[in-house]
Amino acid sequence: MTWFRALFRSTVGLKWLMGTSGLVLSGFVVVHMFGNLQIYLGPDAINAYAESLRKMPLLLWAARIVLLAAFLLHVLSAVRITQLNRAARPTPYELWSPQVTTYAARTMFMGGVILAGFIVYHLAHFTFGLTHPDHFKLHDAKGRHDVYAMVVLGFRQPLVSLSYLLAMVPLLLHLQHGVSSFFQTFGLNHPRYNRIIRALGPIVSLIVFLGNCSIPLAVLAGLIPYPVVGK
Amino acid sequence: MRLTLRIWRQKDANSPGGFVTYVKDHVVPDMSFLEMLDALNREIVERGEEPVAFESDCREGICGSCSLVINGIPHGPGRGKASCQLYMRHFRDGDTITVEPFRAKPFPVLRDLIVDRSAFDRIMQAGGFISVNTGGAPEANTIPVPKQDQEMAMDAAACIGCGACVAACKNASAMLFVAAKVSHLGLLPQGQPERYRRVRNMVAQMDQEGFGGCTNTFECEAVCPKQISVRFIARLNRDYFRATLLEP
Repeated sequence: MTWFRALFRSTVGLKWLMGTSGLVLSGFVVVHMFGNLQIYLGPDAINAYAESLRKMPLLLWAARIVLLAAFLLHVLSAVRITQLNRAARPTPYELWSPQVTTYAARTMFMGGVILAGFIVYHLAHFTFGLTHPDHFKLHDAKGRHDVYAMVVLGFRQPLVSLSYLLAMVPLLLHLQHGVSSFFQTFGLNHPRYNRIIRALGPIVSLIVFLGNCSIPLAVLAGLIPYPVVGK
Repeated sequence: MRLTLRIWRQKDANSPGGFVTYVKDHVVPDMSFLEMLDALNREIVERGEEPVAFESDCREGICGSCSLVINGIPHGPGRGKASCQLYMRHFRDGDTITVEPFRAKPFPVLRDLIVDRSAFDRIMQAGGFISVNTGGAPEANTIPVPKQDQEMAMDAAACIGCGACVAACKNASAMLFVAAKVSHLGLLPQGQPERYRRVRNMVAQMDQEGFGGCTNTFECEAVCPKQISVRFIARLNRDYFRATLLEP
C-alpha cells in the first residue's frame, strides 16, 4: 500500500484518486439513470429489472461495495485537496475576474456536499425504505417488490419530487466539470480529441439531468399511472 | 487619459497591507502599464512619499519579472503577454484600475506589489535539470531528436517562470509551471535518465512549498504570457502516475 500512501500524500495523486473514484461514481449514475427510465415501460418491466438484480446477490453486493469504496475515497480525497487548496491562498484577491473557470468548476466542493446529503436521503427513501415505509412494503401481483408503485407514490408528493429535482442541479454541474476533468487528470489531452473530451462533460451531465428529472415530472403530470388499469 | 488607481501598499512582509487610491492624469494610450506606474511614481516621489514598489526587468515580455494582478487578472486583460506588454490603450479615460500583487501562500508579499517567488527556484533545484559530465561540447547531431519532439519541448521551454499560473488559479496551484519544466526536459533524449525521478521530486517540492492542487479549470493557460498549454499538465499526470506506480 505504499503507492496508495504516496498518491494520497501528493496533490497530483489525490487527483488520481478523485478521478478514479469519480469515474466509477459517474459510470454508476449513468447506468442508474437508464435503469430508472424503465419505469416508462410499465410496472412489469421495472419490477422484473429490480428482481433480476436481487437474484444476483454476489454481483449486487460486489457493486455496492465498490460504490461505497469509491464514494468514501471520493469524499476523503475531496476533503483533503480542498483543505490544501484553501490553505494555498490565505489572503483572497480584492478583485478576481476568472477568464475561463466555469461556475461548475468553482462549486465542485459545495456541490459535492449537497450531493452527499441528497444521496443519504435518496438511500433512506428508496433503498432502506425509511422515509415512506408504507410505499416500501408493497408487492405486485407476482409477489415481487413493487418498485413501480414505490416510485410513483413517492413522487406524487410535490415536496419529495421537488427535492429530487433540486438535487439534480448540483449533479448537473458536478458531472459537467467532473466528466471532462478526469480525462485531463488521467493524462488524456490531445488537440485531436480535446473538443470531444471537453464536450463530453456537458453532454453526459445534460443527459443524466434530463433523464432523471423526467421521472418525477412525468409522475406529477399524471403520465405514469398507478394503479395501472387493464393489465 | 485620467485614471483612478487602487494600488495595494504594504510596507514589508510582516506589516498589514491595504489599498491606496491614486489619481493619475496625462496617461498616454501608448504607455505600457509599467511606464504608467513609473510616471505615477515620479509624482509620488515629488510629493516626498514612498514610490510604489513593483518588479520589472526586461520590459519586453521575456524575463518573467513583472507580476501584477490588474483588475483581477494576472498580467491584466488580453492574452499572451506579461504586465510590461499591456498598453494603456486597453483602458478608457476615467477607468478605475485595481492593482494587486500575486496572491499565494508560497509567494509572500515582500513589499507593495513585489512577491517572493523563490519557491519556484526550489522546485527547479529539486529536478529541473539534467546531470551531465561537463567537458568538450559533443557534436550536436550525434543524438537525433524528432522535429515534433523538439517543437513540443520548445513550447514547454517557453515558460518564463513568472508565476501568473499560480496567481490565476483558484487553488494557487503551480501545476502549469511544474508541468512545463518537467516536459521540456522529459521530451528530449537528454532528459530521459532522470525523467521519473524528476517528476516525482519536482511534484514533492511543489507540494512542500504549499501550492494547491490542479482542478482542471485551465485558468492558468488563459493568463500565461507564453500561452503554455495545459496539455503539459496532462503529460505531467501521466509521468507522475508512471513514476509512482511503476518506477519505485
